[in-house]
This record gives sequence, structure tokens and C-alpha cells, in this order.
Amino acid sequence: MSADVELRAGGLPPPPDTVGPSAWLRQNLFGSWPSTIFTVVLGALLAMLAALVIQWVLNARWGVVTDNLRLLLIGQYPFEEAWRVWLALVLLSVLAGLASAIGGGAIRTLANWLAAGQAMLGLLALGSGLGLHVAGALLVNATLVWLAFFVGLRWPVSRRHLTLATLVYVPVAVVLLQGVGGTPLSVVPTRFWGGLLLTFLLAIAGILLSFPFGVVLALGRRSNLPAIRLMSTAYIEVVRGVPLVTILFMAAIMLPLFLPGEVRIDAVVRAVGGITLFSAAYVAENVRGGLQAIPAGQLEASDAIGLNAFQRNVYVVLPQALRAVIPANVGLFISLLKDTTLVAIAGGGLLELLGIGNAVLANPQWAGARLEIYAFITVVFFVLCYAMSQASYRLEAQMGVGKR
Amino acid sequence: MWARDEGQVTDQPQVTDQPLVPGQTPDVTRSDIIVCRDVHKWFGQLHVLRGIDLTVKSGEVIVIFGPSGSGKSTFIRTINRLEEHQRGDIFVDGIELTSDIRNIAAIRSEIGMVFQSFNLFPHLTALQNVTLGPIRVRRWPRAKADQKAMELLERVGIPEQAHKHPAQLSGGQQQRVAIARALAMQPKIMLFDEPTSALDPEMINEVLEVMRELAGSGMTMLCVSHEMGFARAVADRMVFIDEGVIVEQGPPSQIFGAPEQERTKQFLSQILH
Repeated sequence: MSADVELRAGGLPPPPDTVGPSAWLRQNLFGSWPSTIFTVVLGALLAMLAALVIQWVLNARWGVVTDNLRLLLIGQYPFEEAWRVWLALVLLSVLAGLASAIGGGAIRTLANWLAAGQAMLGLLALGSGLGLHVAGALLVNATLVWLAFFVGLRWPVSRRHLTLATLVYVPVAVVLLQGVGGTPLSVVPTRFWGGLLLTFLLAIAGILLSFPFGVVLALGRRSNLPAIRLMSTAYIEVVRGVPLVTILFMAAIMLPLFLPGEVRIDAVVRAVGGITLFSAAYVAENVRGGLQAIPAGQLEASDAIGLNAFQRNVYVVLPQALRAVIPANVGLFISLLKDTTLVAIAGGGLLELLGIGNAVLANPQWAGARLEIYAFITVVFFVLCYAMSQASYRLEAQMGVGKR
Repeated sequence: MWARDEGQVTDQPQVTDQPLVPGQTPDVTRSDIIVCRDVHKWFGQLHVLRGIDLTVKSGEVIVIFGPSGSGKSTFIRTINRLEEHQRGDIFVDGIELTSDIRNIAAIRSEIGMVFQSFNLFPHLTALQNVTLGPIRVRRWPRAKADQKAMELLERVGIPEQAHKHPAQLSGGQQQRVAIARALAMQPKIMLFDEPTSALDPEMINEVLEVMRELAGSGMTMLCVSHEMGFARAVADRMVFIDEGVIVEQGPPSQIFGAPEQERTKQFLSQILH
């Protein structure tokens, strides 16, 4: 009796022809005649495609990337001042490393990608005419992320200090990049900023600013006060009815024409403003979906323990609503990152990664290298977007989306 | 008396000698902690509360029962303004329940509530569920709130679950956390809205046990419940509500032994078998 029970607890081994790689192949690729034919034909097509791509990659004029790497990375930022960019990256790397030591999977994923991305660019810089110090800086940065991670594991920095450091970092980085008149840190006007640096700045600023604005709009749309509700709804609907490129065009070209001559708003600020105002409307609609998913009982329980409306939103409603819409919001921020390329199209003189690519192509020397430069830009965007989506999967798992 | 500070009792507004509303009979005494007079409530066209009069003395345990849709849940939800009553007066501890947000806040701070579906905050641990109110509303330092919350979780018998999230707890454990959460605000009155109806049979008793102990500690309790064994053992008074009015009320001995109203008799015969 007891042996019988034991056997049942352990279970019988599966039949030999249902497990292992050969069984998998048979079941999934060669299960039937049509399936076998499909597998063979598709396999042949894929192999041909791969051969073509590899052949192109081997024969492409990659000089268009390596020779113009400086432009692609930092635009027309003066090369003798470029150390400021690397220094900003050093600080970011250290912060990311320290944060990943105490933070969860999402921050760790982002930090790893920051390290990997800098390492890849560093290796690319090694093979270009950029000079060893640039390659060195990027490679050192990559290791700094991991170094800071291990330091952070050994001597953990408190969450509060890290948040504070991040808040301080943003203005420090901006001042570092822009410089201050009359100091050794000479001013580098934003019209010289470009390439990946500008793409990065536009995307991060857009994400950081549109998120809180969108949350406020979403709450406004559900407010009990008709005026606030009406204004929020009107804003969201109007913005969602207008293409981003129109808003960017307004920000780049029309706004300066309407403003009095002495009022000048920086071109980068205008672009960030346009992206933020646009993106916030979409964030708001996402968040509204999350707000609607909160059961009425949660609000009643908050009321019953005496939370006021503000506390109810901050401590009960938003934490639940926001984590429910993480996937949707990350999707939105990925498109925001890609939409920064519209800044190049809207004009106004800002050359982010795609804009720099087009500018390089305008040089007759590289006129034929269209495919190569776009391939490079594609890969850069893919890596950035992939890193974001990986981080969002981690964030979902961490916050337990789907389990109540 | 473990759920409240000793000092609070003396802070009660003096209502002993004065009638609550000038011109009305001064039959409201200090020990009447809840006074409802002619409470009406409509949902759209539907007249769900049709003039409820109920006075609850401090420390009294009242079990409210009645058919589904009779308005019993709606009635206790009007007491802490989860539902607004449209006619009549409600006084809680001498404070009149009006639309004034300060009055509502004051009354809610005297009343704890336990729901049928627990309504724990799923993103917080059991401990954080209990400390949220004390920290954010009462502005207690975290250490004090944590300590008090652990005492309460011990009181309801689940200190070892303090750091789990609601989804990791059984229904009975969740409801006990919900009771601890309500008690953490040191209420004078506890409202229970069918606290065991959503529970599997084997978990009902662990919740009733906590409620029984709470009743023994002198807490004023209003329980909407069909746990007749609990009512018989613990209730000072039972209130039968049907079609938005109180049909009959009295001590359990009367309700179970010699109900006066035919409807009460009929309903009891349906739920007692």
C-alpha cells in the first residue's frame, strides 16, 4: 500500500517518444506532410535571406558610421568640450549602478543595458577615428556601472539618498552640458547639441515630464468638479486629434513668430514642451483605464478609514491604477522615444540621431551610403526600445501585475 | 477597551442636558452614541429606506437582519456616509451627519467599518493595510503605528501574516486583517456589513470569534449578519428590517422565542432550519 502511494507521488516517467529535442522537432516542425513541406520551404527562404543580409553587411560602407561617429553621438557639440558629455554619463552610470544594487529587477535591467550600450558604442569608437579617449571613456563607463553595482551591494545607499541624488543629477547634468557664462564651463548653445545625445535628452525629458502631467489630467478627467473635468477632457481630446508633427512644427516654427521679439524660448525646450504636451494626453487616457479598473470597494474602504480625497488617490488609487497600466505606458514611452525623430522633420534646426543621419547623407562623399546609416540608426533605436520593454517586463513581475 | 485611548471618552461633546435639536424632546442622553430619526434614502426612484428610527447605546451590540434588498446594508452605510440619506437626522456621538466634509470626517474617525468583500488594499501588506490610516490620518510616527498594528494583528490571531499581501491570505485571514485595520483608527463604533457572507464555511468561525471577543470588550457594534448563533450569543438587541423599515426589534430571547410580527416569524422560519 505505502509503496503504491509513493510510486504515485513520484509519478511514472513519460513515454520515451514524447520528450527531448527529437520529439519536439517531430511535434512542431515535422508533424504532418503539409507541416514538413512548410518547414523546409520556409527554412530555405530564411537561409537565403540570411545569406543576402550577411553578404550586404560584409560589403557595406561602414565608414559612414565610423567616420561620422562623433556627429552621430553628440552632433555638433564642440569636440574639445565633449568631456562634459562623458562626465554626465559617468555620473549616470554610477547612479544606475548604485540604484540597481538596492532596486529591483527593472532598474537592474536598465543599468545592464546602459552598461552594454556604452560598451558597444565604446567598441565602435575603438574602430573609428574618434580617438582612444572617447572609446576609453565609454568602456570605462560601462565597467563603472557594474563596479558601482558591487560597491552598492557591499555598502548599500539608502533609497532616500539615491532619489535625492537623482533629483540633483538632472539639473547638474543640464548645467554641465549647457555650461555657465563667465566660468571655465563655457556655454554650449543647445543648437549644437545633437545626435544620440539629443535623442536621449528629448526622450528622457519627455517621459519624465509627460508622466506626472498625464496622471494629473487623468485625475482631472474624473474629478467631481465640472470645470476641471471639462478642461481636462477638452485638452485630452484636442491633443489626441492633432498629429505630433503638427505640434512640433508649431513649437519649432510658429511659436517664435507669435512671441514678441525679446522673448526667446530655447529650441530644445520648445521641442520637449511639444513632446510632453502631446504625450501627456495619451498617458492620461492610459491612466484613466487603470483608474476605472479600481473596484468601488477600495474607495469605500479608504473613506471608511478616514482618508481624504488626496490621500485616497496617492495611497490607494494611484498605486494600483498605475501598476495596472505599466505595459500600456511603456508601450507609449517606446513610441515617444521613436517619435523624437519627428523633431528632425518639423524643422527648427534640431538634429537628433535621424537628423544627423540625414545631414551626413547630404555630404556627397557619403551619398551612396543611405542604407548603412539607416541600418545603424535602426539598430540603435532597437536596442533602446528593447531595453525599455525588457525593463517593463521586469517591472510588471516585480509589482505583481495581474495578481490581486 | 483596548481599541481606544482612555482620554477620548472624556472628549465627547456634552449632550446630556441639552436636546440635540432645540425644541425636541431631551430623551437623547450621553450614552446614546448613534441616533437615527426618520432616515429616508432613495436610489433614483427606488425608495430603499422608508423612515428608520434607531437609537444605539454606547457599548451595545446590535445585529441587523432581514431579506436581501431590504435596505439593511444601505442603512448602516448611511451611518458613516458611504451612502447619503436624503431625509431625517443621524447623530453619531453628538455630531450631526451633514454634507459638511468636516462633519463627515469627524464621524468617520469614530466609526470603523468591515465589509463583506474585505476591501483590503491589495498593493499593501497586511501590516501596511492596518497602519495606513494611523500614519496618514492620525499622523502617527511609523514606529508607533507599526507597534500598535502588530498588537492588533496579534489580537485577531494572525501576527505571523503581517508581511504578506492580501492575495496570499485566506478569506478568513483577510477579514481579520480588515477588522484590525478598522480598529487601528481607534473607533468608538464598529459597523459590520455581512462580514462572513463571502467566507467559506470553515472560515466563518475564526471571524465570528474575533467579533465575539470585540463585543466582550465593550465596543459598540452594528452587525448586518445572518449568523443567528452569533446573534443569540452576543447581541444585546436584534433588529429586523424589511422593505426599508424596522419591522421588529428586541433582545434575542424575544426575537427567537416570541416574535411579535408575522413577517419576523416567517423570515426566521426560512433561515432557521
